[in-house]
Amino acid sequence: MRSEAVPEHDAAAPQASPTDEVGAFLNRRREQIAQRWADEPLFRAVFTVSRDEAVEAGRSVVDALAQVAASGRVEDSDSAGFTVVREQLARMTAARSRSGMSTAQVSGEVDALRAPVVNLLVADLPDVPAERLRESTEALTVLMGTLRLVVMETALTEVQSLIDRQQMQLLEVATPIIRLWDGIVAVPLIGTLDSARSQVVMETLLEAVVDQQARYAILDITGVPTVDSLVAQHLMKTVAAVRLMGAECVVSGIRPAIAQTIVHLGLDLGTVITRAGLADALAYALHGLGADIVHATPGGAGHR
Amino acid sequence: MSGTAAGVEARLPIRSDLDLVWVRQHVRQAAATLGFGLVEQTKLVTAASELARNTLVYGGGGELRAVPLTDGRAQGLRLVFSDSGPGIPDVEQALRDGYTSGGGLGMGLGGARRLVHEFAIDSTPGAGTTVTVTSWAARTPRPREEP
Repeated sequence: MRSEAVPEHDAAAPQASPTDEVGAFLNRRREQIAQRWADEPLFRAVFTVSRDEAVEAGRSVVDALAQVAASGRVEDSDSAGFTVVREQLARMTAARSRSGMSTAQVSGEVDALRAPVVNLLVADLPDVPAERLRESTEALTVLMGTLRLVVMETALTEVQSLIDRQQMQLLEVATPIIRLWDGIVAVPLIGTLDSARSQVVMETLLEAVVDQQARYAILDITGVPTVDSLVAQHLMKTVAAVRLMGAECVVSGIRPAIAQTIVHLGLDLGTVITRAGLADALAYALHGLGADIVHATPGGAGHR
Repeated sequence: MSGTAAGVEARLPIRSDLDLVWVRQHVRQAAATLGFGLVEQTKLVTAASELARNTLVYGGGGELRAVPLTDGRAQGLRLVFSDSGPGIPDVEQALRDGYTSGGGLGMGLGGARRLVHEFAIDSTPGAGTTVTVTSWAARTPRPREEP
């Protein structure tokens, strides 16, 4: 990792560019930087088990920065040098986010790594001319800014993949099939019934009809805020498919506002059996199965 | 109690199915802010859902502009859906129930017109379509309001 070609702390080497100088400095002071960073909140709060872990993590970040500096592209967040620490940085920022910190606060913590390393650089080059020291400091500052950008990028990627996972989960979770009685299954629909979700609903419902040998399937739309013509079309298709499987489908949970809207919209749900509430739908299905609910009388249970 | 019009005025892109969710949520919230009753809210949201989907599916994407209106003591919400898609060659035909050039039920445009108080459509073949709808909160006497 350490480049032998870079002169060690030599004021009489005017050919070294500022980025080379920074790279050499990072390699030379790797241990001290890692030690100082281990005391900064970003490392200290993530690696709580032992300080050695924090120092080790700090070393790998210093190595990555040194590699980027050696490549001369200190402002490029896509530099190959960052690739090896990207995963580690993602884990660190994710840990900080989980502990309730905002993105700006995490960004601030990354920024806090800059001062110790810049101070070290200034202390490390006491004999170089002011102009060269300024250039090197600037290169290091840019490099640390790029590190901050990389950290934010990885955090964003993490958030995006989290959203993707949650969307998938929503598709799965939001469509439970409930067996209400022998031969009666129900799906409580919640949220937006777009094409992707209605497909999942239809598939899981049809499977449940087969598995449970259901004769009645109840689609409860109490949790669906908007029933427009596309949602209605999805419902009708599901009802038709259930019917093809030899079962009967009842749509329940139609609220007054939804009922008025459907009428104004001009949708004809005449072919669909609908009930206001889930209880009504269950009563309808039970009746269809010949299992009417009767009220127990004080003198003993009996038919009305 | 009618709230302020703050947060009602907005420009929302309609580029994906996900944007439709935003449109519905914004319209519902805006209508509630302006003092729309639950039925009027639901009707307006449903109309917005139909029109936004038309903008997306037939117009190839566009945007929604929401504008709060005041007429004396009544508060209203104007929604302007615009796209620069292929346009509608025969608006009268498109408004007829059951007519669809896609795979839908053909109830969207005509249905949306019945769900709002004012409805205007301006379409130029090849240049795009703009649908403007307006509904008023608690307008007395309320039109088309069966018990």
